[in-house]
Amino acid sequence: MILAVLNSGDTAWMLISTALVVLMTIPGLALFYSGLVKKENMLNTLFLSFAAYAVVSVIWFIYGYETVFGIDVHGIIGMPSNPFFHSVLESQALYGTIPLGLYAIFQMTFAAITVALISGALVERIKFGAWMLFIPIWLTLVYLPVAHWVWGGGWLAQLGVLDFAGGLVVHTNSGVAALALVLLLRPRQDRRLLPQQLTYSIIGAGLLWFGWFGFNAGSALAAGQLATSAFIVTNTSAAVALLMWMLIEYLRFGKVTLLGAASGAIAGLAAITPAAGFVNVVGAMVIGLGAALVSYAAISIIKPRLGYDDALDVFGIHGFSGIWGVFAVGLFASPFINATGTGLLYGNPHQLAVQALGTAVTFIYSFVVTLLIAKAIDLTIGLRVSSNEETQGLDLATHDEVAYNI
Amino acid sequence: MKKVVAIMRPTKLDVVKHALDEIGHHSMTITEVKGRGRQKGLTEIYRGREYQIDLLPKVELMMIVADSDVEKVVDTIMHGARTGEIGDGKIFVLPVDDVVRIRTGERGDDALY
Repeated sequence: MILAVLNSGDTAWMLISTALVVLMTIPGLALFYSGLVKKENMLNTLFLSFAAYAVVSVIWFIYGYETVFGIDVHGIIGMPSNPFFHSVLESQALYGTIPLGLYAIFQMTFAAITVALISGALVERIKFGAWMLFIPIWLTLVYLPVAHWVWGGGWLAQLGVLDFAGGLVVHTNSGVAALALVLLLRPRQDRRLLPQQLTYSIIGAGLLWFGWFGFNAGSALAAGQLATSAFIVTNTSAAVALLMWMLIEYLRFGKVTLLGAASGAIAGLAAITPAAGFVNVVGAMVIGLGAALVSYAAISIIKPRLGYDDALDVFGIHGFSGIWGVFAVGLFASPFINATGTGLLYGNPHQLAVQALGTAVTFIYSFVVTLLIAKAIDLTIGLRVSSNEETQGLDLATHDEVAYNI
Repeated sequence: MKKVVAIMRPTKLDVVKHALDEIGHHSMTITEVKGRGRQKGLTEIYRGREYQIDLLPKVELMMIVADSDVEKVVDTIMHGARTGEIGDGKIFVLPVDDVVRIRTGERGDDALY
């Protein structure tokens, strides 16, 4: 056994990466979402992300981390043998070249943003109490097992599923959960997307893009070549997807929109997430192109046809682009970038089948269990606010405060 | 005394304000409003979907002027706010019974300017 030694360069980078991913959720994602809702729902929309972040932060160190990364039990779940992170900090343990505690809190930020992402589909009608109840239950019954299967040495990891930074665990998982929830929540009374303050959303999109370098390059868990490679392909995919979305809009309407461009960038970032540590720049460009295509189609063709009210397109952007990215790993993973991943184009068609299996398992598990959780909440305290509260706006109806006092 | 209410393009407010300054009318009240006329608004596109926006932002300029100044003021606003395109707005002239200056208690024409 190699004696583990702490590397201060790696540790410094991972401390920064962790803080970057925190910035993605609060306030990045919160702003991205809240700029798109009606002004009467601005604070509630921000609040959904902040509340998710806080609840996950607490649970993660009570039992969350070890349920994902603890000693594997039959490939299904990790063993929470040190509740409240008891004695872990005191032991000065390492994970690779960084402190184990740092690895744990880095992973916590992923769990937090995954839950917060779901809220974008539910805005303007989810009951706040229902959301507060949903967060710990969904984290426990969906996020923790799926993360264990893919990242914690569980059965999907044992089958060789590749998910560098969360195409399955974060984006497919949250996108599908969002879909299941909106099917139960039913459409809002007014489902038009008329942004109250698009500037906030653009600031949010910028913070997400910036924070994503911690998310993806940080997932290398070291300050080295792989982090740099992930950094570059992350940026490339986002930029290509932004431009591709612009091109689609130009061909369709003769004009380009800033919200479209920003949405394209987020789709490109979601799609490159599972692939960031496995593909080269050409792979990233194709991933970015595909992300804009599938997410645009999901939002402007599939959603209106099927009629579900995914308010801020969590399923359309994170679900579709996440799934595309997971498949793309099976195509473009280059052993010259990362020896642990070889895709179809480098002679390993088997990887594509494994990726498809991982997607199917995550999709079905997340969809079914989320539906059961949401149904249980609906039957007890109710998922949705009253019609009056919805009309009044959730800021005043739920919180007795408003974003704008004239 | 008359109340002159002009609903016009926000971008034309400065032009109208300067033109009114030049004919000696400085007092006015501006309100940001939304409305529509016969053309019924514009189209906006968000995430690939088109929305008919049926209320457009306008400014409403309100002035109280002496009967003898009405024609001059209306003419100045009309010329300042006009582009010749649909959406230039409208001017309304209404009778006013009385004016009270709160600071001094003056009434009628004495309180007007």
